[in-house]
Amino acid sequence: MDKLPRWADVVLVPLISLVFAAGISALVILAIGQDPAEALNVMVTGALGSPYGWGYTLYYTTSFIFTGLAVTIAFHASLFNIGGEGQAQLGGLGVALVCLALPWPHWTVALLAASLGAALFGAAWAAIPAYLQARRGSHIVITTIMFNYIASALIVYMLVDVLRPVGQMDPATARFPTGTNLPTLDQIPGFSLIFTKTVPANVTFLVALAACVLVWALLWRTRLGYEIRAFGRSESAARYAGINPFRIIMITMLLSGALAGLMSINNVMGESERLVQNSTEGAGFIGIAVALMGRNHPFGVLLAALLFGFLYQGGAELGLWTSIPIELRIVVQGLVILFTGALDQMVRMMLGWLFRFRSPKAA
Amino acid sequence: MMDFATLIQILDSTLRLATPLLLACLAGLFSERAGIFDIGLEGKMLMAAMASGAVAALTGSVWLGLGAGIVASLLLAALHGVASITFRGNQLISGVALNFLASGITVLVAQRLFGQGGRTPPLAGASRFNPITLPFADEVRDVPILGPIYADLLSGHTILTYVALLLVPATAWVLYRTRFGLRLRAVGENPAAVDTAGISVVGLRYAAVAITGILCGLAGAYMATALQAGFGREMTAGRGYIALAALIFAKWRPWGALWATLLFGFFQALALRPDVVEGVAGIKIPVSLLDALPYILTVLVLAGFVGKAIPPRAGGEPYVKER
Repeated sequence: MDKLPRWADVVLVPLISLVFAAGISALVILAIGQDPAEALNVMVTGALGSPYGWGYTLYYTTSFIFTGLAVTIAFHASLFNIGGEGQAQLGGLGVALVCLALPWPHWTVALLAASLGAALFGAAWAAIPAYLQARRGSHIVITTIMFNYIASALIVYMLVDVLRPVGQMDPATARFPTGTNLPTLDQIPGFSLIFTKTVPANVTFLVALAACVLVWALLWRTRLGYEIRAFGRSESAARYAGINPFRIIMITMLLSGALAGLMSINNVMGESERLVQNSTEGAGFIGIAVALMGRNHPFGVLLAALLFGFLYQGGAELGLWTSIPIELRIVVQGLVILFTGALDQMVRMMLGWLFRFRSPKAA
Repeated sequence: MMDFATLIQILDSTLRLATPLLLACLAGLFSERAGIFDIGLEGKMLMAAMASGAVAALTGSVWLGLGAGIVASLLLAALHGVASITFRGNQLISGVALNFLASGITVLVAQRLFGQGGRTPPLAGASRFNPITLPFADEVRDVPILGPIYADLLSGHTILTYVALLLVPATAWVLYRTRFGLRLRAVGENPAAVDTAGISVVGLRYAAVAITGILCGLAGAYMATALQAGFGREMTAGRGYIALAALIFAKWRPWGALWATLLFGFFQALALRPDVVEGVAGIKIPVSLLDALPYILTVLVLAGFVGKAIPPRAGGEPYVKER
């Protein structure tokens, strides 16, 4: 097969995949008797048409950056971490325990401590599947999926039987003390010029941007990152070069779980300010689509997370203003994963024909 | 401890709950033996459950529902085939994508058709598979030990349970006693050799994926029209993944698949009987722990008792004909 120019591979392949996914989604909307043009209009207006809409879009984006980075870093070691959802839920538990533990004096201190709690709990939840993969060869895809189910049962147990305050009906923790409340974008100087109403997007967005840079630096500027990537390309070659597979699998999955867990400082600490059931709302799974769409590069993850932030906020607006069920988001998510992750060769082949057609001398 | 009658009850629901696992496990067996990983068993079951529940509700015929379930599952199987065989895509990712697709589409379609929050209307009578009483079941019930085993455990299931059980020897026969089975196993171990012998690797793999689609169709239809009376969102609840775990536990063998899925079915049956579990364990166990029990035990079985499970050698790798 012809090799595509690099820019085409990096830019055109995801874009064309996206066009395919959007096209089929439009057909799905038509099939359930709704108007795709109107749907797109509602989505764009609701998600991007006002600073208020952007506040929600960026809020979702923040979560997806973390889960996308989590999947990305595992992908570089050839590990498919489908457990981001469970790891993020456990991260939420870590955040809740930290926030409720002390009367925190200031949000900066609380943010540091809660981040640590979120990362530790997320990493711990990834540690068991990682160990089982590294030592016992239990397939990490199946164990991480099982751990998602176990996580949601564990959270239900913690909320119903342990953390629920006496006399409260709904399964949730108490509200976090005010010292832990993170500033939303409308309270941050500079951003407050754009965001005049209270929005859910908060200072965690900046943490997420920093995480992008850190993951990039780790993967491409450190020895560990090199080892992770070498292991992902060829386990036997890495082994021959003296790289310890057990160590790489463990470290990569711990980092991956920690990143997924960190997402919960956005939704649990920054938005709901208490831990509720299903706090992640599927963001852990979105990470898969974000990583694939972003071509496993932190900058790509940022762009893809923006796209999915738009899709999520837009999808919520669809649920509000039209009779299109909110589950359309999951359909689009599945289509994006299908085209960018599994049918990417098809897209490449089509582009290959196109390029040959354009420049006959290459034939 | 539990008495004999309780044990029979639990084993009875074991068989009931193991049926979709067994069908899905055999489905995965055909695909993986041919070298195609299929994480998408879950999605195919879900799609089939919705299609069969919807068509059975609309037509009043469970058999038309079953047919629709198989067709819906085959559609997803075909997509998986195109992605992983023709376009040599990543089979794990394709499976995950199809699971999400199924999760969303099922709710969208069910909501569009019935407007009941993404479920299909409750089924009854001829729009559902009803229990079959095996011959002489009532006459032998009073025979000690064997009577209840026959009348209460083996008798009284729907036809799909018996079909699933019969599919175990059938699969073993196809796999080990027919030319197709030999070629299927070969294409999962060494596709280049099959190709050299002048047999189509692509054709065999598509055939395997199609069989997977049909069996997942049966599994999904069983969920919506036999185990439950209608489709509800996410009703498969990870059964496709548990079937995959059972497949590894079974070391990709048909009879192993039967024992493994019965074991996992037993775990699920236990989770439905907190009174028994608490009686045996002697302590009060939270409901959510019981809910998680099948998944925890799945991980334990995978981690501890599998021993060395060697998957088909060419599994997960697209076949590239050398030029």
